[in-house]
Amino acid sequence: MDKLLDQFSFGLFFWQALLFIGLLLLLRKFAWKPILGAVNEREEKISESLDLAEKTKKEMETLQAQNENLLKEARAERDSMIKDAKETANKMVEEAKGKAKDEAEKVMTSARESINAEKAAAITELKTQVAAFSIEIAEKLVRGELSAADKQKALADKLAEDINMN
Amino acid sequence: MNKFWKVLVVAVALIPAVTFAGHHEGEAPKKELTKEEARTKNTEYVKHHTLDSHDFGLFTNEETGSHIGFPLPVILWEDGLHVFMSSSFHPEEGNEHGVAESNGKYFMIGHHDGQVYSCDEHGNILEDVSEDAEGNEVVSEIQPLDFSITKNVFSTILICLLLFFVFRSVAKSYASGLAPTGAAKFFEPIVLFIRDEIAIPNIGNDYKKYMNYLLTVFFFIWFLNLAGMTPLGINVTGNIAVTAGLAIFTFLITNLSAKKDYWMHIFWMPGVPIPMKIMLIPIELVGLVVKPFALMIRLYANMLAGHIVLGSLIAVVVYFDSYLAKGAFVGLTFFMNIIELLVAALQAYIFTMLTALYFGSAAAEHAHEEAH
Repeated sequence: MDKLLDQFSFGLFFWQALLFIGLLLLLRKFAWKPILGAVNEREEKISESLDLAEKTKKEMETLQAQNENLLKEARAERDSMIKDAKETANKMVEEAKGKAKDEAEKVMTSARESINAEKAAAITELKTQVAAFSIEIAEKLVRGELSAADKQKALADKLAEDINMN
Repeated sequence: MNKFWKVLVVAVALIPAVTFAGHHEGEAPKKELTKEEARTKNTEYVKHHTLDSHDFGLFTNEETGSHIGFPLPVILWEDGLHVFMSSSFHPEEGNEHGVAESNGKYFMIGHHDGQVYSCDEHGNILEDVSEDAEGNEVVSEIQPLDFSITKNVFSTILICLLLFFVFRSVAKSYASGLAPTGAAKFFEPIVLFIRDEIAIPNIGNDYKKYMNYLLTVFFFIWFLNLAGMTPLGINVTGNIAVTAGLAIFTFLITNLSAKKDYWMHIFWMPGVPIPMKIMLIPIELVGLVVKPFALMIRLYANMLAGHIVLGSLIAVVVYFDSYLAKGAFVGLTFFMNIIELLVAALQAYIFTMLTALYFGSAAAEHAHEEAH
């Protein structure tokens, strides 16, 4: 113990304490503060990033689900649209067909009507003509018959006979 | 960082590596030593290398008895300030004892312990005669107050500079990005280890305010221990004054930052009967001092023992004549060196760990209801 105390150098103790305090203050300002600060900052950043990744993953999952829903909806809509379009087209075709039929019928009817009318007119005309011809023929015949007095008399007799018979 | 290394290399290159004659001058240069003499010499040699010194010795030439190294400033207080270079202590023509003169006072190095003594101009150490309590005459040699930049102080300054530049560069490397680069890759895990394995488990939530001290003390001890592993013969942490300084800091910080619970545990231990409470007070008070004292002794003894063991093993290598034995002891020395490398880190860890433990007991604020 005596030897230990004898070896104890107060000067060394003094310098060492001074140097250690100096080192402590210097390192605190220039080393430990920035190092621990950087390490802390990095740890926070890492945990933040992990949280963010987890959150993003969840968001992605919901987004995916949403996308699927959207896709389903879109598909359904497309199907219904195609169906609608088909129906409309069919309807239009049907309508057009119906219209065309109607029109054709109309045309036919009017054609038939006009044919009938023409026919009737032609018949009437014919009748008139035939009557005219008949009268002309009768006139001519009558004239020939009446050219001789006996003939006139015979005719008158005949007519009178006819009338009498009536 | 590169600039620092350049400066360091230039500084080391420019250090005046003067050759100076040592105490052995005058002895017959080439004398065959007997086994007994060789043993004594080796013992002295090993002991000498664990002591502080006023010179920074690098190399000793046994044959000419000359030492190569560089002098360091000597700062003494004896009725005034005396500052001179330690080269003044070197014996030379007309000054065989190595007496240094400063402002009318004479000083010399005591051969047995390497410390500075006051003396007269002929190299006779001045003595102070006093009476002890029983009336006996006590003769003590007069020593001035020695604030010299000794080898240990000089080494500590170098290590402090190294620590400062290394860790400043580590801190700066984070400016370019949060991922560690360069030296930070190596030191960051250690810093994190001290935070996560030493500070947080032992101190708890209050660990942040103690981090500066824990980190500084760990790297200070570790770097100085490693400096002791170099062939320069630096033995800073194996010096009781250095470990005492560190232990006193731990003691002061523990007690100055202690909360109510800490003092409760010392002066009125909760959970035990009142007679026990009273009995525990002196025990706890002794414990208060014993804890840092143990810190001081543990580091000092471990590092000193390591140096002595290594020094002895190297001496043994020289001592044996058989090359087989020499080779075996070189191997053993190598093995011990590896162990010492481990011990260097281990002792720094233990000191930091126990310091954190004491801080933890000071900072603890647990609500214990008479249950312990």
